[in-house]
Amino acid sequence: MTDYSPAELDTLALHAGGKPDPTTGARATPIYQTAAYCFPDSDYAAALFNMERPGHVYSRLSNPTTGVLEERIAALEGGVGAIATASGQAALQLAIMTIMDTGSHIVASSALYGGSHNLLAYTLPRFGISTTFVDTRDEQALQTAIQPNTRLVFGETVGNPGLNVLNIPKVSEIAHAHGIPLLVDSTFTTPYLIKPFDHGADLIMHSATKFLSGHGIVIGGLLVDGGRFDWDASGKFPQLSEPYEGFHNLVFTEEFGPAAFISRARKEGLRDFGACQSPTSAFYIMQGIETLGVRMERHIANTRAIVDFLSAHDAVASVTHPDLPSHPDHALASALLTQGASAVFTFEIKGGRDAGIAFVNGLSLFSHLANVGDAKSLVIHPASTTHFRMDEAALSAAGIGEGTIRLSIGLEDVKDLIGDLKAGLRAASKAAGGSS
Amino acid sequence: MRINLGGEQTYLYTNNKDIDATKKTIVFIHGAGFDHSVWTLFARHFSRHNWNALAIDLPGHGRSGGEALLSIEDNAAWIIALLDQLGLTKTALVGHSMGSLVTLEAASRLGERTSHAVLIGSIAPMPVSEPILDATAGKPSLAHSMLTSFAFSKRNLLGGNPNPGMWMVSDSMRRYEDEDTMALDRDMRACNSYTRGLEAASEITAPTLMIHGDADRLTPIKATKPLLAALTNARLSTVPGAGHTLMVEDPNHVLDQLKNHLF
Repeated sequence: MTDYSPAELDTLALHAGGKPDPTTGARATPIYQTAAYCFPDSDYAAALFNMERPGHVYSRLSNPTTGVLEERIAALEGGVGAIATASGQAALQLAIMTIMDTGSHIVASSALYGGSHNLLAYTLPRFGISTTFVDTRDEQALQTAIQPNTRLVFGETVGNPGLNVLNIPKVSEIAHAHGIPLLVDSTFTTPYLIKPFDHGADLIMHSATKFLSGHGIVIGGLLVDGGRFDWDASGKFPQLSEPYEGFHNLVFTEEFGPAAFISRARKEGLRDFGACQSPTSAFYIMQGIETLGVRMERHIANTRAIVDFLSAHDAVASVTHPDLPSHPDHALASALLTQGASAVFTFEIKGGRDAGIAFVNGLSLFSHLANVGDAKSLVIHPASTTHFRMDEAALSAAGIGEGTIRLSIGLEDVKDLIGDLKAGLRAASKAAGGSS
Repeated sequence: MRINLGGEQTYLYTNNKDIDATKKTIVFIHGAGFDHSVWTLFARHFSRHNWNALAIDLPGHGRSGGEALLSIEDNAAWIIALLDQLGLTKTALVGHSMGSLVTLEAASRLGERTSHAVLIGSIAPMPVSEPILDATAGKPSLAHSMLTSFAFSKRNLLGGNPNPGMWMVSDSMRRYEDEDTMALDRDMRACNSYTRGLEAASEITAPTLMIHGDADRLTPIKATKPLLAALTNARLSTVPGAGHTLMVEDPNHVLDQLKNHLF
């Protein structure tokens, strides 16, 4: 902590939002496993319900344990406040439902996690909210996609599956010129690799299940409000700038200043949709966040060594990672993601689908499963698993080859990881009819 | 509520209630670089208890038009003009930091029209250091960082906000960023040049409550002594572990003390 600046990331990851328990002295944040909270008297209760006092009423709305997690992620991201949700998908849904109505429109990056794509492409249209997907590298396409009813631009800091790096400064500039906020999914990057609010993003969501937790034992999401977007000046968000009948006609921007968005998301979105996070999940996620800095440093160091190893291997056709000069976003990643781009990446194995399957079967240390961001290294062969229904043409359109392998690099000793990868590559080469 | 005062649009947060001159009235006056929204929790409480609760945006701040005024005396005169226009003959005045100096000056001028005074994070005189004045004059980002850093106790810079999920540090930064740069500079210079604080305090007859954090780094608690001594009918309530921005750091303590003083 310097004279005038807040504490650094590693300090905030351990301390922000938490204090020793005032009753017991417990140093760890306790799990307040309770649904509701006693009121000292009737006036105090009325004051809580009428937002005259801060405090807890019912754990769907807030909870002392989840409150610490929320404050911690807000501190790490530099936001004014945050809400913990049941999953990353719940965080995305909460962000959208807070500022959109039937007839609203989203412009989203075409490089999105499949679950987010499903929500935008198939589910939200049932409720009158449509999405145009664009290649966010194409500024003109982005400009053209924005309509009079567009209310949100959405992308991932590092997108699936090609590790597309979102040009947050440029995309936010375009969004803001139209009076629209930019929401980014920073699951792959975490605040260790990039702080999107510093580059122009307005809202951040995370699947906390991934790198923030690191242990792969919990499902949870987080939504953070940067507090800089001017909802009044935009004129497009009556949900925040005009009286809200559901709360005695209060105007969120008048009442809560820079915290207008996150306040409505809690007062309405958590209250009515109810996708809250359990205090036990919040406790587990905090255990992960405490070591975020040291883990991410190791994730990135291991990833760099493995990217170098695979790039030089005869059985590998190509490696897709922004660290490599061959990646289309290499220069952008060098400017925005100075600590590293991601510990999740793909490579193309020679020999196609059979080689890919043989590679995965030949591994013993990497876990074969559909997740990323675990402390343990993970692998999946999309053509035979997550995308197995697609033919070659459809796979190609999705940027996935028959021999594409996705790795999520963990914290094991990198010598052991490379040894395991060598075994997998030998198996792949045999399946492809070659030797290595 | 928006009214025209002296040709400028003036914003008053009233919890969507009309002002009724027959009710008791409490007026909240914000500090330097802030606006009415630091008071909305408290104003809602008094409003529910059938008071006129007014959290005002001083000229050039928040949703009020015009330029920030140059002195504490000018701000106090503006408050009195506002009360006159609204037909409010007796009011409780609550001010934070710069707003507490405006409260001191206005209460001394209003005499019997002040029912109670509450001074939060207040000392008199209230000198502002040269590095802060240099920053507010031309380096607003640095000024925002400095003021945010000093406005909270060291412990509270790591959070622990009683308002679930809210991060006080960034919230404070955004509030400063949202305000007009010139207004913050004028506010700081108004605090620094106000020399009448102890004299004004000695003229106040209304019961006065001072609320102060024992870990205040902008206006250290030791420096409250001259002001407390100058007030003829005052007491000091100390907030353990809190810094200068008490309404954010410990709103429950502040509300309890306000109720204790005013109900």
